[in-house]
Amino acid sequence: MAQLTSANRMAGLRAAPSFAERIDLPQRVVFLAAASMIGIVILLLGFITWQGLQLFLKDGVPVTQVLSTTWQPDSTSPDVTFGLLPFIAGTVFVTAVALLISTPLSVGLALFLSEVAPRWARAIVQPALEIFVGIPSVVWGWLGITILVPFLSDTFHHDFVLSLPVVGEVFRAPGFLTGFSWLAGSLVLSIMVLPTITSVSFDAFRAIPQELRTGSLALGTTRWQTIRHILIPAALPGVLTAVVLGMTRAAGEALAVQMVIGNSPMMPQAISQPVTTLTSQITLDMGNTVFGEPWQDALWTMSLVLLIISITSVVLVRVINKRRMAS
Amino acid sequence: MNTGDEMLAASATYQEPLIRRVEVSASLAADTATAAEHEIKIATSHVSISYGEKVAVRDVSLEIQDRSIMALIGPSGSGKSTFLRCFNRMNDLIPSASVQGEVTLDGENVTDPDVSVVELRRRVGMVFQRPNPFPMSIYENVAYGPRRRGLNDRRKLEELVETSLRRAALWDEVKDDLRRKSGLALSGGQQQRLCIARVLATEPEVILMDEPASALDPVSTLRIEELMRELREAYTIVIVTHNMQQAARVSDVTAFFTMAEDRAGYLVEVGPTGQIFTRPNERLTEDYISGRFG
Repeated sequence: MAQLTSANRMAGLRAAPSFAERIDLPQRVVFLAAASMIGIVILLLGFITWQGLQLFLKDGVPVTQVLSTTWQPDSTSPDVTFGLLPFIAGTVFVTAVALLISTPLSVGLALFLSEVAPRWARAIVQPALEIFVGIPSVVWGWLGITILVPFLSDTFHHDFVLSLPVVGEVFRAPGFLTGFSWLAGSLVLSIMVLPTITSVSFDAFRAIPQELRTGSLALGTTRWQTIRHILIPAALPGVLTAVVLGMTRAAGEALAVQMVIGNSPMMPQAISQPVTTLTSQITLDMGNTVFGEPWQDALWTMSLVLLIISITSVVLVRVINKRRMAS
Repeated sequence: MNTGDEMLAASATYQEPLIRRVEVSASLAADTATAAEHEIKIATSHVSISYGEKVAVRDVSLEIQDRSIMALIGPSGSGKSTFLRCFNRMNDLIPSASVQGEVTLDGENVTDPDVSVVELRRRVGMVFQRPNPFPMSIYENVAYGPRRRGLNDRRKLEELVETSLRRAALWDEVKDDLRRKSGLALSGGQQQRLCIARVLATEPEVILMDEPASALDPVSTLRIEELMRELREAYTIVIVTHNMQQAARVSDVTAFFTMAEDRAGYLVEVGPTGQIFTRPNERLTEDYISGRFG
């Protein structure tokens, strides 16, 4: 090292850069990795978009038909129709109910962990949440089939429940006898997204400076008032980000949902009915189709819709966080 | 639940007791009142504070007169801030902290577990070292405390916000965009005055200041000091400061803390500020104020 610097000094500042300096290998490797990453993403987006548009371009299916509610993809049937609305609506509704169940629980848990729980409780719950995330979706689906679905079927087909005014109507809807339903799908999803929403919300609460808490408490407010009026507003962008991330995860989940949802390509009408989603229909049908036939093109169109959903949520998260930075 | 107006009106004329042992505390207050020209507002008796095993403050007894400024000075780690925080029980927020001895506010022991900490902190406000305005408008920052106590009347709130900001010498600078401007958009000195206004809006009797000017430039510092002299007319102020000139300029009484061999803070001496800075009784005090250590 010392020799090198003295040699450089002798040669002056105009000395030719060494081989290692000219090539700068680490920088090139990193650049190449980043470039190929971006390249792969662009190729993927392009491919899915192209495939997703084939239904319109090659097969000549009108957009109005795609937005209809009839799904009759089998080419041997006399009136082939590719209505994707039941799948899109299924994904939206199943995800929405899952988030309605999961968000209050997750935010409550995050608040408990961040503001109330003693250190030892946090030390137990946090790793537990990580294990939660690591459980494969097929296991959730399996648990759903063996425990949740029979439970729902037994519970809501009880004479007492069916005799209730509004609730009874809902559960008397056809198809619920088995327990495979929109409700089952949403419940399984709500458990699966709970750790995501909880841990991202938890980070949002922890990121709030301690001075805001002490400042509020020192004014003679209760802990609950401080949570309600200082902490929740301050953490709101982070909590919204958490919900959007949970939404992405829920909308993209295929296996566990497919196992409990009943997979009936009908417009969702009652939470007790079997419905289907974009993801579960793709996983069900992809083995039965031939590359290039309209049925498979329709599946690609569903993938494109999923892609648009996830891109929208990524943009949403970015917008929320930009606003947080600005304020 | 009382309406905010009633509560506010009540608090102006009659101080709710912190605990329901009025007879005892009233007689105690009467005893101490005769001793001095002003009434004793806060008194501590053999107060020790520890964090787990570590003793931070040992056996401090002193009295703070109503409507005066007491400065707590001493080297870092001498327990001044910890001691200050036992007046409004902010030490409660640290799980390992424990306080022995007695701290009385108007003769009532505030370390009693039955004391309503919420009510105590409303009567004993606090300004922190780093300005900590809430991420909301200036108006909402000041209205925050009263609102949480249930004051929702728009006119009364506006009035209270204005008087508080005027008393904190901030009104003229912010009156034009009270509701539009975030408290965070103010300068450091303005933020600290906003925090003082926020405390004033809860109508406290005592204001604790934990190095309130240490993060501010000299001009802002001077404004805070002027403000403290004005507030002294109506409030009892206890200030922790590292700046000895500040203590000399601003306070009526100065208490000097230092660390013992085992690093526990203790009170060396307390006396009128003029005397402490010119003729201290203790050698340690003299060494500290003349800059020989600390």
